[in-house]
Amino acid sequence: MKILNNAGHKIFLVILFFMTLSGFSQMPIFKRYYIADIPGLGWLAQFYVTHMIHYIFAGLLIGFAAYMVLDSVFNKTGFKKISRTGYIKIWIIAGLMITGLVLVVKNLSGIYMGHSMIIFLDISHLFLCVLFLMVSLYSLIFKKPWQAD
Amino acid sequence: MTSGISRRAFLKTSAVTAGSLVASGTLISKNSELKAAQPASEEPLVTLIDISKCIGCEACVEACREVNADQFPDPEKPFPKMYPTSTVPVEDWSDKTDVTDRLTPYNWLFIQQAQVMLDGDNVELNIPRRCMHCENPPCVKLCPWGALKQETNGLSRIDPDLCLGGAKCKTVCPWEIPQRQTGVGLYLDILPAFAGNGVMYKCNRCYQRLEKGQVPACIEVCPENVQIIGPRTQILEQAHALAKEMNGYIYGETENGGTHTIYVSPVPFDQLNQGIDTGKGKPHFQKVKNMMADGTLLAKAMIIAPFAGLFAAFGKYYLASREDKK
Repeated sequence: MKILNNAGHKIFLVILFFMTLSGFSQMPIFKRYYIADIPGLGWLAQFYVTHMIHYIFAGLLIGFAAYMVLDSVFNKTGFKKISRTGYIKIWIIAGLMITGLVLVVKNLSGIYMGHSMIIFLDISHLFLCVLFLMVSLYSLIFKKPWQAD
Repeated sequence: MTSGISRRAFLKTSAVTAGSLVASGTLISKNSELKAAQPASEEPLVTLIDISKCIGCEACVEACREVNADQFPDPEKPFPKMYPTSTVPVEDWSDKTDVTDRLTPYNWLFIQQAQVMLDGDNVELNIPRRCMHCENPPCVKLCPWGALKQETNGLSRIDPDLCLGGAKCKTVCPWEIPQRQTGVGLYLDILPAFAGNGVMYKCNRCYQRLEKGQVPACIEVCPENVQIIGPRTQILEQAHALAKEMNGYIYGETENGGTHTIYVSPVPFDQLNQGIDTGKGKPHFQKVKNMMADGTLLAKAMIIAPFAGLFAAFGKYYLASREDKK
């Protein structure tokens, strides 16, 4: 039995794709490197738009993660089926979600976080994302699926 | 001169100041009063700017430049080539440090002149303009590097050692306040050709003086007591009383969800906005919606996300178990 069916897997990939794209667009790079000039991608240079998209997909990711955790509990064998690279990616996503959620709280009015804390959150959130992309690339090249054989 | 206010600026103001110190107990315009007022309240400090009082003498501008001179950029030239050249503008103000009619990296406060009609007369109003120090500042909250911070006393400021000069803070600022100087800062030590473009600069409301219990330099030197600073509730009460007294208008209380700078004007701000030069380094007086409101709404909506996920998983399990029973 698969941990996730094909539709679920596609939803997961779409969420990760938009999270990564809208996440990187928090940096002022898409306008500089003409990517926002590509027809249909102008929104990548609109910081408030990408901020909203990042939040919307963050909400979907939280919902998806909650679903997966409870489904794995009901499924009983779910956790045992996850591969080593799968576990690494899950922990990275967990780190991204935790740092991301604290950043969401930071962005609320009246929340004054220490400067060191904000820098740590921003840098670790970016570092974890890059790490996730590297592990995902490794998994893709060396054919290491989420599910162990 | 880096930390004090020059003899010239002081003399320019002291004679008038001595005679015109605000007598009201709620007004906080001098050092000892600020120190006394601050610990009593955990509230952020807010400045009140009475536009009707400003004579446009620029004593505040001069004081700001003197007190903050040690924080001004000292760029290395020639600037490293930045790519792509068409999308990365070189912004160099180091040869134009004497510009005082707009915001620049070397001029964090300027006097904006407005030609308006008041009681049937064509009059000129002078308005000190600088960072509004928003309650929920998009510049601080949306900087991807954490190069900005907001302090509990309500001011927001840019860390020049961390800023890479991407100017996102300027783009997301409803008034486009921060100004960039190329050829300075951390980006020079990373990949100057491909990332960053200097450091952003703006008013930091004299954080270094506030830490010592002193008021910002612009407030201290003003001969007309145009500005006062104090806890938010107190200043808002004062602003509304002043607006009522002059039959005037308030700006900054609700703009961008609220700011820590409140302007009181004898003419409506939409008229004032029409009477000023706006553009690069010259902020407007338009109505500004709360730029962070949508994010806040979505953040609250995120609370239901895990419950939706759990409900879906439970629903799937429940339906599967019913199928099994059949």
